[in-house]
Amino acid sequence: MSPNPQLNKDGGLRHLLTIDGLPRAILTHILDTAESFITVSEQEVKKVPLLRGKAIFNLFFEPSTRTRTTFEIAAKRLSADVINLNINASSQSKGETLLDTVDNLSAMQADMFVVRHAQSGAAHMIARHVAPHIHVVNAGDGRHAHPTQGLLDVFTIRKYKGEFHNLRVAIVGDVLHSRVARSQIHALTTLGVPEVRVIAPKTLLPTAVEQMGVQVYHDMGQGLKDVDVVIMLRLQNERMRGALLPSAQEYFKYYGLTPDKLAHAHPDAIVMHPGPMNRGVEIDSAVADGKQSVILPQVTYGIAVRMAVMSILAGN
Amino acid sequence: MKIQIKNGRVIDPKHGLDTHADVYIAAGKIAAIGDAPKGFQANRVIDASGCIVCPGLVDLAARLREPGFEYKATLESEMDAACAGGITSLACPPDTDPPLDEPGLVEMLKFRAQNLNQAHVYPIGALTQKLEGARLTEMAELRDAGCVGFSQADAAITDTQVLVRALEYAATFGFTVWLRPQDAYLAKGGVAHDGFVATRLGLPAIPASAETVALATILLLVKETGASVHLCRLSAAESLAMVRRAKSDGLKVSCDVGINHLHLTEMDIGYFDPNYHLIPPLRGLRDRDAIRAALADGTVDALCSDHTPVDEDGKQMPFGESEPGATGLELLLPLTLKWAREHHVALPDALARITLHPAQILGLNAGHLGVGQAADVCVFNPETQWIVAASALKSQGKNTPFLGYEMQGKVRATLVDGHVVFEG
Repeated sequence: MSPNPQLNKDGGLRHLLTIDGLPRAILTHILDTAESFITVSEQEVKKVPLLRGKAIFNLFFEPSTRTRTTFEIAAKRLSADVINLNINASSQSKGETLLDTVDNLSAMQADMFVVRHAQSGAAHMIARHVAPHIHVVNAGDGRHAHPTQGLLDVFTIRKYKGEFHNLRVAIVGDVLHSRVARSQIHALTTLGVPEVRVIAPKTLLPTAVEQMGVQVYHDMGQGLKDVDVVIMLRLQNERMRGALLPSAQEYFKYYGLTPDKLAHAHPDAIVMHPGPMNRGVEIDSAVADGKQSVILPQVTYGIAVRMAVMSILAGN
Repeated sequence: MKIQIKNGRVIDPKHGLDTHADVYIAAGKIAAIGDAPKGFQANRVIDASGCIVCPGLVDLAARLREPGFEYKATLESEMDAACAGGITSLACPPDTDPPLDEPGLVEMLKFRAQNLNQAHVYPIGALTQKLEGARLTEMAELRDAGCVGFSQADAAITDTQVLVRALEYAATFGFTVWLRPQDAYLAKGGVAHDGFVATRLGLPAIPASAETVALATILLLVKETGASVHLCRLSAAESLAMVRRAKSDGLKVSCDVGINHLHLTEMDIGYFDPNYHLIPPLRGLRDRDAIRAALADGTVDALCSDHTPVDEDGKQMPFGESEPGATGLELLLPLTLKWAREHHVALPDALARITLHPAQILGLNAGHLGVGQAADVCVFNPETQWIVAASALKSQGKNTPFLGYEMQGKVRATLVDGHVVFEG
């Protein structure tokens, strides 16, 4: 196997493709850097000149509003020039290959690609292909990884809980299809969370999920017992009825986060969700809007974390 | 043309021959091994010092990509690759475009191959029209055109009744049906083994049960219909246990595995390397070890290249969208030798799995060096080391998981019908 493709020869971060295999020191450095950017976002003039003159291309082969917007804001606060491309609408339909697109944009003097793609491994492939000075940030590839989401989630947890070494964290829902869950699991285990649980029906869990270092629960009452953090996953519409699940109603009844079920968790537990939420499917509005919810702060912190990632990459 | 291959170690598994001797070839046939026939005057002497002289290799699965996929490979390029790999007979699966489901297509392929005067090409005909798994092909007509068996290649038959009928019809004429067991629904959308790597990389998975469920169906139907079935490219440990039981129950089945699955596992996918995107998927370590043991103990009859040249565009894609398959004609021999060394298999036994046994599965009088036999011969140096690189491969497909690997064992000369078709 080739060496970790995200690191340069000095062990610094060259691309951010996945949290899997990144050392704890790099994660902590990103979180600490993000902390310093929180204040930037609170200033009247929300800009720092760190990436002035850099061209960042948001390459979205899959539709996204929230992630693309937060990347765009983060890049602009770092004073970079941002170009947004929604590619399923343009060149892919003309038969241009993924790497042709990347080559063309590289020729336009790109410094960084922020990539979202429906295929697991797409960001790795682009990273293998680009010139040495170009950095690639994975903004979600298939079911594989969504590292900045994983980072903003652990950033949020650190904000509210302070430490990682004494936490129980439960991730609830469609782990099988979730790049967010995979990145969260790697981030949490790397940062030393001693107990990461996943809670879902068997149809929504990948075969070897235990080998990722998590404990598997199929019952919400048992799985949520005494946890400090509850992370809900989004359930895609097309998976709500069929051979994976019989109906959204039954799913909500057994796996939807309601105040009753949340009562099994530690009284100080926080509730997180990567968004966008399906209210009444995976989460009850009373919880989503309740006092334990930190879902909106997650969005705010997402900008600081993405600023941290882009500034660290550009500095290496 | 009279040829003398001298000073080599001659290994012929069929005749239990493993000795230092000279091989004498006249009129395209093996004239003698050991003492020269009376008055033999060689026109040509091949010095095989330090080399092994064995029957030409017989490969049970080589996609030549004609007709239809000439941009991936042509008959010329792939026949060159076969000869460079020491292969003198090869079977090609019917998944061309159009598939080999009409006698005219088969005749054209045979004709094109014969004109090249290189390895013997044995087409496997399509079992169903367009490989759609619905209507049977004209199997008897296809046999008359040159097909030596019938297969669905990698297309599954989802309708089990069609499978039963196909087996019955083939059994009527005594044809062998070649099947790669795969349940189309369990494998749907999958690109990697359903294990830790697919879990971690978020790749849609193909469970081992996609193979074993289909295999169980096939074995039950073989028992019921009395059909002769050759099982292709088995990949799961449990499949091999099932075949072992079926054989001890006296069922008429044979089976093969591919070179990549003999050496690699899901872990080798690394960071989404599309060269490791194969059909069936690379499975776990336990499966790989079971394949190595089953090939040694005879549960698996033959090893094949499963040669599938893919052009660069087909591999320059995210793993799941990339075209599956690997080039293999030039790696069949060195990867057999690698297995033999690592698994402590005697060289004659190892060579039998790529010469005599596959010839028997094809029903050919080939894969041995009997006197009077067509002189299909492979001469190779078992010690020569070489690095697998695009430039080292004659095949138009440069896609192999073994790029950059060091191989031991290289073909010095290949003879088909007493003609030297390759010298390295």
